[in-house]
Amino acid sequence: MVKSFGEFLLFIQSMLFRKERFAVLWSRTVDECIIIGVNSIFIVSIVSAFIGAVTCVQIAYNLVNPLIPKSTIGYMVREMTILELAPTITSIVLAGKVGSSIAGGLGTMRITEQVSALEVMGINSASYLVLPRIVAAMLMFPLLVILAMSLSIIGGYLAGSLTGALSAQEYIEGIRTDFVPYNIVFALIKSVVFAFLVSAISAFKGFFTSGGALEVGAASTDAVNNSIIAILVADFALAAILL
Amino acid sequence: MIEVHNVQKSFDGNQVLRGINCTFETGKCNLLLGGSGTGKSVLLQCIVGLMKPDIGSITFDGTVFTNNKVDIKQEIRRKIGMLFQGSALFDSMTVAENVEFPLKMLMTEMSREERLDRVEFCLKRVGLENAGNKMPSEISGGMKKRVGIARAIAPNCTYLFCDEPNSGLDPLTSIKIDELIHEITHEYGITTVVVTHDMNSVVEIGDHIIFLYKGQKLWDGNKDEILNAQVPELKEFIFSSSLVRAAKKVDDETDGGLAAATTDEAINI
Repeated sequence: MVKSFGEFLLFIQSMLFRKERFAVLWSRTVDECIIIGVNSIFIVSIVSAFIGAVTCVQIAYNLVNPLIPKSTIGYMVREMTILELAPTITSIVLAGKVGSSIAGGLGTMRITEQVSALEVMGINSASYLVLPRIVAAMLMFPLLVILAMSLSIIGGYLAGSLTGALSAQEYIEGIRTDFVPYNIVFALIKSVVFAFLVSAISAFKGFFTSGGALEVGAASTDAVNNSIIAILVADFALAAILL
Repeated sequence: MIEVHNVQKSFDGNQVLRGINCTFETGKCNLLLGGSGTGKSVLLQCIVGLMKPDIGSITFDGTVFTNNKVDIKQEIRRKIGMLFQGSALFDSMTVAENVEFPLKMLMTEMSREERLDRVEFCLKRVGLENAGNKMPSEISGGMKKRVGIARAIAPNCTYLFCDEPNSGLDPLTSIKIDELIHEITHEYGITTVVVTHDMNSVVEIGDHIIFLYKGQKLWDGNKDEILNAQVPELKEFIFSSSLVRAAKKVDDETDGGLAAATTDEAINI
């Protein structure tokens, strides 16, 4: 494990050392932003809207004490969504979608000698292939998390209203109660850290794939597993440090 | 000229290259010949810098490549074109974009028009002037090899490396690819190194042949000398091909050169 971590650090170093031209990296980053960000909007929207809705319904189910105002449901949906569900669940979903795509793509390029072709041309393959993916992920994850936060709260609003768990007015009153703007900053910091972890770990796993198609599949699976574990560990560490 | 001095390479205690010394001559098709597992591809990867030899050095026209500064290595690498065994075309790019890619990355002083002209020229040179808009998945294995050659020569490479250019191709396409490599080598005066175990390639394009056996260089010479080489391992390798055995028979009977024995004659025997 220590060896793997050392190799991971060397991999990150090789990516930053002897970078390709800015224009090339920028163009690649924009392409990756589309793949990582725009192409993930649909799945993030669906997941976050339903998570908000389910959170609202389940809190309403558990909150049976008549002394607690129903607006508390809206307050709890907001807090859970902003602090935990939107950044963490979105990142876990993206670890599955984006992480496996990065690892699979790079793994396939490795076994079909496309990475070697870049190296032979004198191009720093890590910088050309991996750096734009990491930068794009770090730019796109926060935007997707903001989208997830919004849709999750809207999901909770619709679920609460449609099921009659609480009125629209009570929900809105709840989500406006004791709002702490720092929580948004905290969530965005988390999303940037998670983006780095997902993209870098997945790229590392894919970039050093050897063998054939089976190994590419295994690298994708490893990338997703390791990314999710890294997200959960980092989630705890960031909560302990920043809150 | 590429010079290889005492190159050794081992993997987990298994020595694959055992002190190789050889020279690849400028303007010639230099063949690295040998059976599977003799270290041909490992040597090629050491030469192009995809692997680092444990011991030994490689020089390109007098400039040391191994263990040199990164900038100097990069400078040499930019003169290298390589055709990979599986062609290694970039899946996400069209054929024309694949050929344009090294120009875009390495020759930044070229305008877009100049790049497109060069791409058109290179594709025409390999006979694929109408395939520019196709994706690599839409073309045949032989066409992929041609695109690989076009991509390798696009930035005016000084050194061309081909890793088993005939693998997976039918005999006729193999001959065409060999001819193309040979023509390009002589047309542009580049140093070409071809890794092969195909005796047809030896006869077609072997200006200078280096025979590797168990990680060692056992013989070097040209295609006219190879049949008379007095190296048992080389003889065994050459005459393991029934086609070559038949051609040799024709050669002995007609008292002519092997080149005179056509494939048809050999098959008739």
